[in-house]
Amino acid sequence: MAARALINVPPKARRGEIISIRALISHEMETGFRPNATGQLIPRNIIKEFVCTYNGVEIFRAELFPAVSANPYIAFTTRATESGTITMTWTGDNGFSATESVAIAVE
Amino acid sequence: MIRAWRIAAVLAILGGSCPSLAEIPASQRKSGYDFMARGTRAMQDDDTANPGMLSVLDGEALWRRRAGAAERSCADCHGDARTSMKGVAARHPAFSPAQNRPVTIAQRINLCRTERQQAKPLPYESRDLLALSAYVGRQSRGEPIAIAEDENTRPFIARGRAAFTQRQGQLNLSCAMCHDDNWSGRLAGSPVTQGHPTGYPIYRLEWQSAGSLHRRLRNCLTGMRAVAPPLGAPELVELELYLMWRARGMPLETPAVRP
Repeated sequence: MAARALINVPPKARRGEIISIRALISHEMETGFRPNATGQLIPRNIIKEFVCTYNGVEIFRAELFPAVSANPYIAFTTRATESGTITMTWTGDNGFSATESVAIAVE
Repeated sequence: MIRAWRIAAVLAILGGSCPSLAEIPASQRKSGYDFMARGTRAMQDDDTANPGMLSVLDGEALWRRRAGAAERSCADCHGDARTSMKGVAARHPAFSPAQNRPVTIAQRINLCRTERQQAKPLPYESRDLLALSAYVGRQSRGEPIAIAEDENTRPFIARGRAAFTQRQGQLNLSCAMCHDDNWSGRLAGSPVTQGHPTGYPIYRLEWQSAGSLHRRLRNCLTGMRAVAPPLGAPELVELELYLMWRARGMPLETPAVRP
């Protein structure tokens, strides 16, 4: 099943206001260190990178590692400067890629 | 093992030797939520931070997807789950006349799959079955748990209670010794809790995934060094039925977050 994401960004903000952006995505984040029932290592399958852009300008980037939990939750803040789109992209092993966009109105 | 359960059941039905004397009064009942840290409670309360909602979203998609030889989706018969499934999870496990025994919400979904959709049943604890259970359970959030107590369910509740109060395993513990008698205490730093199944399927942080009550019960039984019946086994359904009856009146929290 496709990755599911839960995004929490305020739909409206005042210009200059500090807003919090929170994103949760479904991903097993298999570490690559765990053996399966027959003793062989389960291949690593993690999200490696998270990038957030605000009207095309990168505002936040994170590297993820095997120690990050399954279904990683990322929260950060930014300053609301203009109306537009906030886009989040997760990329990882096995060609994993997911993108979510939300609109924000700044007045 | 089965014989032990049967003997326990018979003892309970005969009365007298039933050791369940200290059931927690309604005024003192606490959900696992009340034992959690503030941060974990906040995670459950916010639908955009609660990882259990990922299962609910999966379940919503499955609800609308056609399956099986009948080429029907859940929605084709049941329509909008928000109205048709409201309160349903709060009444399960419920007695199924065709099976002549109580069935859990997951088993009910699988009965619908095999009989109405003519599809293969989903394996217990599979991601899809948990997702559908979570989606159906979500529609009962806030509804009081209301297990029917009648001539059909009473013997199964009694058997579940017998299993709950029966000492078992190498540690010679019963469920009741912790969850009725010592719920205010701690076990290795963690609260013992009263063991009310108010939010299943839960997202358990320790598991890093969603899971059913049967998975949780097997955890507890393994910790007691007792024989853990397989997922979906009648013994676990009876125990689930008793636990839901014991939690009657408490609001359902599905999908709950638990540490």
